[in-house]
Amino acid sequence: MSAEHHFRYVATDRRVREDRRFVAGKGKFIADIALPSTKHVALVTCPHANARIVSVDKSRALKMPGVHYVLDGHELAAATLPLMTGLDTPNVPRRPLAVDVARYSGEWVVAVVADTRAQAEDAAEEVDIEYEALPFVLDAEEALEPGSPLVHQAHGSNVLLDKTFVWGEVDKDFAASPRKLSLRVKWGRSSTVPIETFGVVASWDPWRDMLDVYASIQMPRYADQIGIALQIPVTSVRVHYDVDVGGSYGVKRGIKHTVLAGYLARRLGFPVRLIEDRLENMRGGDAHGPERLFDVDVAYDDAGIVRSMKMRALENVGAYAGRSPFQLGKPVGAIVGPYKINSVQYRAIAVVTNKTTQEAVRGFGQAPTNLAIERIMDEVANVLGLDTIEIRRRNMIKHDEFPYLIPSGTTYDSGNYEAVFAKVLAGGAYEDLKAERDALRANGILAGIGVSACLEPSGGNATFEALLNPAITTSTFMDSCRISVDGMGFITATMHTTSSGQGHETLVGTVIGEQLQVDPEAIRVTRPDSLNSLPSGTPVGSRMAIMLGGAAFHAANKLKAKLLAIGAHDLGIPLARAVYEQGNVHDRDTPSHKRTWADLVQIAFRNYHRMPPDMEPGLSVSHVYQVPNGSTLPTAGGRVQMYPCFSFEFHLMLLSIDPMLGRPEILRYRLGHDCGTQINPKIVRGMTMGGIAHGIGAALYEEFAYNDEGQLIAQTFMDYLLPSSHEVPAVDIFDHETPSPYTVLGQKGSGESGYLGAPAAIANAINDALRPLGISTNRLPIKVSRLGDMIAAAQAKKGN
Amino acid sequence: MHAIMRWVRNMRIELDINGEVRELDVEPRTTLLDCLRDNLALTGAHAGCEHGVCGACTVLFDGVAVRSCLMFAVQAQGSAVRTIEGVTPGPGEMSVIQDAFCETHGMQCGYCTPAMVLVAHALLANNPEPTREEIVEAISGNICRCTGYAQIVEAIALAAERMRGANAPAELRK
Repeated sequence: MSAEHHFRYVATDRRVREDRRFVAGKGKFIADIALPSTKHVALVTCPHANARIVSVDKSRALKMPGVHYVLDGHELAAATLPLMTGLDTPNVPRRPLAVDVARYSGEWVVAVVADTRAQAEDAAEEVDIEYEALPFVLDAEEALEPGSPLVHQAHGSNVLLDKTFVWGEVDKDFAASPRKLSLRVKWGRSSTVPIETFGVVASWDPWRDMLDVYASIQMPRYADQIGIALQIPVTSVRVHYDVDVGGSYGVKRGIKHTVLAGYLARRLGFPVRLIEDRLENMRGGDAHGPERLFDVDVAYDDAGIVRSMKMRALENVGAYAGRSPFQLGKPVGAIVGPYKINSVQYRAIAVVTNKTTQEAVRGFGQAPTNLAIERIMDEVANVLGLDTIEIRRRNMIKHDEFPYLIPSGTTYDSGNYEAVFAKVLAGGAYEDLKAERDALRANGILAGIGVSACLEPSGGNATFEALLNPAITTSTFMDSCRISVDGMGFITATMHTTSSGQGHETLVGTVIGEQLQVDPEAIRVTRPDSLNSLPSGTPVGSRMAIMLGGAAFHAANKLKAKLLAIGAHDLGIPLARAVYEQGNVHDRDTPSHKRTWADLVQIAFRNYHRMPPDMEPGLSVSHVYQVPNGSTLPTAGGRVQMYPCFSFEFHLMLLSIDPMLGRPEILRYRLGHDCGTQINPKIVRGMTMGGIAHGIGAALYEEFAYNDEGQLIAQTFMDYLLPSSHEVPAVDIFDHETPSPYTVLGQKGSGESGYLGAPAAIANAINDALRPLGISTNRLPIKVSRLGDMIAAAQAKKGN
Repeated sequence: MHAIMRWVRNMRIELDINGEVRELDVEPRTTLLDCLRDNLALTGAHAGCEHGVCGACTVLFDGVAVRSCLMFAVQAQGSAVRTIEGVTPGPGEMSVIQDAFCETHGMQCGYCTPAMVLVAHALLANNPEPTREEIVEAISGNICRCTGYAQIVEAIALAAERMRGANAPAELRK
């Protein structure tokens, strides 16, 4: 830490209150919700990459033991509206069950309801569906070709989005630059794949007109979307936010599961539970992440100063729009990374193919974009014979240049990249790594150093929506907190969404404790249901420390102001002389002249005659907090303030590759991280280490691979490889702290840290290791098998 | 298989669950995991993949950490099964290992956590002074998607240190 703190609880090494229930196995996860008479859903899925549904025969399934209902897409579509999507693509409707055509292998076609999940699965095998296989397309570039099979005939093409932005004098900068370089970079299809699959329990009470929903959800406007699709008032949807979510990192957006379960619960009159098994989660659960092809051109000079960049990003979103096309929009807010690139042309294209639908994944498209930027920076250095760290130093924004306006219209709040570099490189660390690399190489081992310098936009507003779809005018993105002191003087605070491991209850308690100068452990934090909640944008966009923390901060200050007013009035002193200290209010001039917390509670709850005139009795306050510094719509030229805060991370690693097996191993890992004030350092460290582990997976192991028939071939954890404790090395983390000027405590986001830069650093390290062989790779994941083949081929060519 | 399943009767089994002998009627195809969760309301064991890779369903089976999703309940007949509920000392009371996980924040979402705690119990029962590598090896069959494992490894090392200290004569304690 670099900053001097005057905090009591914030930024101190405190436990995370949620942990106690989890170590005892007493979390309340979706599979632990057991409503009486609950029935279970299993799904029948399409075995083809694209097929017309000719007929559905339910008769044998309906005769199976325990079976209550078999639902097809026609019945569901007649009773519900299509799911909400962000783009105006009315001819690409997305529904929970396929209607007439199923567009990817694994898409849900029929749902079976039975007394037990096992019975539902047995009966699902007895549903007879006749299909007529149709031509299909899997590759994004092929989907762009004229004559490609159309995923949605009525849409007329496979293109959902094709927008080009030009920020600054790109052509002029390219013409004026002596050097140009082009690179093609591919981010492979992977996802966050939480260990808990998505699940939902829905229960309809016809006498109260109430749909109770319990879900392992992480999604903005969840209750709204349920109400809209089921065509019931949102006041008839009650989402219970006190369900612990077993990991999400963006993807737990089971709206199609929920609309399906909600419809069945209303139709059948008993609670309905749909919990994905692992295959459903990986295939038909619609939770894949970006699959993105970049073509990047940069114009630069002999000193390695990058003047301008053209980036074309082609996203393969899968069979339906979902929310994924917007993942092309968010990176606009950090499109130049930490560098002073003068002008940018950005073309964002989203196409549909016959693959699983995507959802939001950690970073919302930023990690792939960071990979593309960081790969081309390394290639520029390589061409010029410049050191990989030196080129970044030359291009990066300096501490005294903040706040810094980038060409796409976003202002970076603060940063001190050179200080973070200095911490990571201190004590000759870089020279030591180079010496170690060279010693390995001398022993016949391929070894490389990889660096990446990346930004984590945080505090999530939603202006990418308006940027990519001008029909959307959303500039508001809120979070809220309510604090109530009861008549006994105890404090209860609320938050208004689910959490999936981010420690939000600890966050709220810590911030309020800090502001009120009371022990955070004494503050109860609850999660009212959606009908009793204030607005929450939910934990997306690395925003809760900023947004929920901001709401809690302001609510606490409102409470403090009220206590001061009551105290000053009862003490008979001007408000300006009243001082709040640890729950008591005293006279600045005579500190012994005071009212204690108990006195103030007594006045507020029972002595109205002692209250200031016209003040509400009781001690209840709330605050609805808008995203700081980001409340305007994009300009006509596509300039926009995307997110308010920008955390920085600098990765430096040494990686070796076994030249026979092609097996990469990270030998040394140093990370510099600056997310401003760390409200809870244990949480920040965990997020960062988890992000690195996730990034290692995306770079080396994880891929939703398809075969030529359009079948997903990574369907289990034996084919889709998640990093274990053996694959995640020890990481030396060097914290630096540049407070954000726009947030209440100087905090920035850290929910995506590590993940945003680890894949780029690994790709750079592998390319450094391969350079002596004269080969390179720019396609993630870089799997052992492919790496081994590449190395063998290169060695054979060299005659080794 | 389903055509047969309709006619297969439940089987009666006897299990030692957390030190208490329980008699149960279960379908032969019921996994030990489903039996623990659905028949015995021991919901600390979690389903993650149900094909034996992620380890979220880990329980101690005759003292050994095993995956309860990979065996049938009837295979546990006559055996001793210990779950997270069985290693928790009492309501609101944590074991040294559980407390160490809280101290280092060796978790985030909590879904893999009970299994990690049980693996730590199994490890430390046989090896009171594990090296970092031994801890990494012990938890390598349990996937945590949140933490990147660092704070889990530290939790187990801390628990080992504290347990050694607790067992040492008072004059040797720090």
